[in-house]
Amino acid sequence: MVQVNLQTNILGANELIARKNRVSFKSQGILVINLMSSPGSGKTTILERTIERLGEQVKIAVIEGDLYTDRDAQRIEQKGVQVIQINTEGTCHLDAGMVTSAYEKIDKADLDLLFIENVGNLVCPAEFDLGEDFRVVVISTTEGNDKIPKYPLIFHEAKAVLVNKVDLLPYTEFNLQECQEDLEKINPSAQVFPLSGRTGEGIEIWCEWLLGEVRAKGRNS
Amino acid sequence: MHELSLVEGMMDIVRESASQNNIKRVTRVKMVIGELTMALPDSLQFAFSALSQDELFRGAELEIVQLSVICHCEECGNDFRPEDDYIFRCPGCGNGQVIISQGHELYLDSYEGDEASGPS
Repeated sequence: MVQVNLQTNILGANELIARKNRVSFKSQGILVINLMSSPGSGKTTILERTIERLGEQVKIAVIEGDLYTDRDAQRIEQKGVQVIQINTEGTCHLDAGMVTSAYEKIDKADLDLLFIENVGNLVCPAEFDLGEDFRVVVISTTEGNDKIPKYPLIFHEAKAVLVNKVDLLPYTEFNLQECQEDLEKINPSAQVFPLSGRTGEGIEIWCEWLLGEVRAKGRNS
Repeated sequence: MHELSLVEGMMDIVRESASQNNIKRVTRVKMVIGELTMALPDSLQFAFSALSQDELFRGAELEIVQLSVICHCEECGNDFRPEDDYIFRCPGCGNGQVIISQGHELYLDSYEGDEASGPS
């Protein structure tokens, strides 16, 4: 009998590819955002609103992660931006290798901002670095307040948290102040943007912040 | 849900190492998982038993070591365990700038196996 000590990171292969992705994103000066949430929290609608608001100032492309369909990709395409679809065929998260292949298909000329819309899931995507500059997590008022303490990792690692569907606040038990307090405990440096993809409320403030991030990235590369 | 990919990734690493070390049969694999990864031991065991049907892994045992979350306060240097609802804030000085020093782990610690007899 032999014992072999490895002490090897199980996600090491993914992290190696993610590092390579990060280098290619940086060399092109493109800000890359990994957008994550549970299913149905409104990631695609927020992307539509964001493209409407920023599309003339910023050249945007989207990598759409979806289990089987291209429904989200079709919606984004109608907004006139480049979309590359990844079907994960049942896998519950995107990994760095999938993003590498999708990125190769993108026309990078003048591109400023690349969104990677991850598969709707608060657990698994948190483990997989894609090479992004930072993560943005969407939580919606209809999901209830307990999502944040229940899935701390994904919220701890987000640079910004979008609290969607604030137009429905009067019809839910969701408490916006409690949500902000929970985020303060888990991730005090997160930027929190209450907004509504449906009515457009709060989109302006989020987009202004985002524009600042895009410009900062452009300057630094 | 991600347990299957984790176990697959782990088994690929063992497979490669076993072939380098002339090991024909793996009897035991030890992995370490931090609480924050939310990987469920039962699901990991299930994935391992489903995937370990080939000659190299047949009958192998999976040992899982779980590590709880420990934070380190950057302000006062205090090491502490966050309360049940993951308050990543120093109970000593109240500072929110803390490093999660334990709880993120996801690694393959070691494995045991039998060497192939004779020259390979």
